[in-house]
Amino acid sequence: MYVTASSEPVEYDFGPMPEMRTSADAALIRARGLTKRFGDFTAVDGIDFAVAKGESFGFLGPNGAGKTSTMRMIGCVSPVSDGELEVLGRDPRLDGPRIRSRIGVVPQQDTLDTELTVRENLVIYGRYFGMSRAECRRRADELLDFIQLSERANDPVEPLSGGMKRRLTIARALINEPDLLLLDEPTTGLDPQARHLLWDRLYRLKQRGVTLVLTTHYMDEAEQLCDRLVVMDKAKIVAEGSPRALIERYSTKEVTELRFPAGVQETLDGKLDGLAERMELLPDRVLLYADDGEAAVAAAHQRGLRPETVLVRRSTLEDVFLRLTGRSLIE
Amino acid sequence: MTVMTRVVELRAMQYRRTFRASIFSSFLNPVLFLLAMGVGLGTYVDRSETATQALGGLSYLQFLAPGLLAATTMQAAAFESMFPIMAGLTWQKVFHAMYATPITPRDIVAGNLVWIAIRLTTIAAIFTIVMTLFGAAASPLIVLAIPAAVLTGLAFATPIAAFAATQRTPDKFNSIFRFGITPLFLFSGTFFPISNLPAAIQPIAWLSPLWHGVELARALALGTIGQAPGLALVHVAVLATIFLAGSWWAFRTFAARLARG
Repeated sequence: MYVTASSEPVEYDFGPMPEMRTSADAALIRARGLTKRFGDFTAVDGIDFAVAKGESFGFLGPNGAGKTSTMRMIGCVSPVSDGELEVLGRDPRLDGPRIRSRIGVVPQQDTLDTELTVRENLVIYGRYFGMSRAECRRRADELLDFIQLSERANDPVEPLSGGMKRRLTIARALINEPDLLLLDEPTTGLDPQARHLLWDRLYRLKQRGVTLVLTTHYMDEAEQLCDRLVVMDKAKIVAEGSPRALIERYSTKEVTELRFPAGVQETLDGKLDGLAERMELLPDRVLLYADDGEAAVAAAHQRGLRPETVLVRRSTLEDVFLRLTGRSLIE
Repeated sequence: MTVMTRVVELRAMQYRRTFRASIFSSFLNPVLFLLAMGVGLGTYVDRSETATQALGGLSYLQFLAPGLLAATTMQAAAFESMFPIMAGLTWQKVFHAMYATPITPRDIVAGNLVWIAIRLTTIAAIFTIVMTLFGAAASPLIVLAIPAAVLTGLAFATPIAAFAATQRTPDKFNSIFRFGITPLFLFSGTFFPISNLPAAIQPIAWLSPLWHGVELARALALGTIGQAPGLALVHVAVLATIFLAGSWWAFRTFAARLARG
C-alpha cells in the first residue's frame, strides 16, 4: 500500500471551483451572524464580515476575543453553532473536505512532525492533498527556497529556531497552492528579527495575489500586513476598516505621551482637562489625543506641568483599540 | 477509502526511523519467552502427569506458544493505540494538521487502524515463525493463527484508541496496563487452562477478550479447531463485535477531539 501509492492518480478531483466573479464584491469568505458556542460559553457572538479575493484581511483583538474560534470555523474544522458562513462559495457544513482542499492553514501552534525531516514534513503534507510524489517533491523544494530553508532540508525539525519552524509551517500551508491562506497569530512568540523576515515572506505572497486572512494581537503586524481589518473584543466585532481609516475615525493624528514622576499622576486632578480632544490615563502614563502634539506639550508646560518624559507620536491601531474598548491589546 | 491510505503513509514514514530496532525486538520477544517459559519452565511441567493431563496431552511449549502469540499482539495493540494516538492528537498534533487538509476524522481513525493491523500482522507472523522453529506448531492451520491474533489485537486497539482520544495526558494509560492488560495477560488461559481457576472465577475469564483470542489461536495452531467449529465462530464473533463497537466509539471521540482543537 505504501510502496505503490506513488502511481495513484491525483484525487480530490471535485471539479472546478465556482467561477470567481471579477467584480469588487466577489467574496472568498462571507459570514452573517456567525456564532460559536462551547456549552454556555459564547466564543463568537453573531459576527458579520466578508473577505474579497486578493485581499489581506485581519482580525485584531486581545487573547480570548474569539479570533481563533472564527479561524477554525473558516478552516472547516470547527462546526458553526449558528449563523451563516460561506467559504470559497461553499458551505463548510456540507463541503468541508472540498473547501479544505483549496485553503492553507497556519495554526497558532506549530503542528510539525518532529519524527520527520524538514523536507519530509512538506512532502507528506502534499500527499494529504492527493498530490503525486513527484509533484510534492518539486513543490517542497520550491517552497524551501521561498522560505530560505533549503540548506536545512534534510535536518530534523526539532533543532530549528522558532522563526524557522514558523516559516516551515507557512511553507507547508502553501504546498497545495491555496486560494486562501489562514494565519492564526503568525508571529506570536518570535523575536523582532524573525518577525520581520516572516512579514517579508507574507508580503511577497500578498503581492502575488494570495488572499491572506490573519489574526493578531500586534497592532504593528496588522498595520504592516492588512488591507482591511476588523477589531474584535469579547466575541464581537467592534469596528471595521483599513488601518488608516480606523485611525482617522477613532483617533487623532498625533498622540502625546506624558510620564510623570512616581505618585504625581494621581495628584493631577483636573489640571490636564482641555489640553486635548481626549485623554487616557494609563497606570504608567497619560495619553493626550490632539492633532498637534507639540501644541499640547506647550500648553501643558504653560500650566506648569513638569512631566519626566514627553513623547509625541503618530496614532496607531493600539490607540483605536484603547478608544473602542478602554483596554490595551496586550494585557 | 483511498484517502485514509495517506494516513497509513505518514505512519509508515514515521516508522522508517525505528524500523530495524522494532523488527529485531519482534524476533527477540518470542525467542526469550518461548525459551524461558516454554522450554525452561516446560521441562518441569512436562514431568508432571497431572499437568500433562490438564493440558490434554500437550507439551507445555505447545500449549503456551499460541496463547503467548495472542497475548503478545494484545500488548502491542494496546501500546500502539495509546502513545502514537496521544502524540498525534496532543503532543505534536499532527492529526490536527491533517484535519486542515481534505482528510477527515474518519480517515484518520481508519488509517491508524490499518497501520496498527499492519504492525500486528508483522509481529504475529514473526512470532509464528519462531514458534514453528521451536517445534510448537502442530498443524499447518497455524498460518490462520496469524489473522486470529491480529483480530484479537484489533479488539483491544479500537476501544483503547477511542479512549486515548479523550485524554490530554497519558496518566491513565498506566492504569489500563495495570488493571486491564496485565491481569488479562495472566488469567486468560495463556499460561494455564482456565479450568485450573476456582470455579467461581472461571466465568469471568470467559468475559476476557484475550481468552477468546487465546482459544482461537490455540485451536488453529494445534489443528483442533474442527472439534468445536461452533465455539471458534463464537470466539470470532465476540472479537469482531468488540472491534466494531470500538471503531464506532473511536470515530466519535476522534471527531469530537479534532473539532475541539
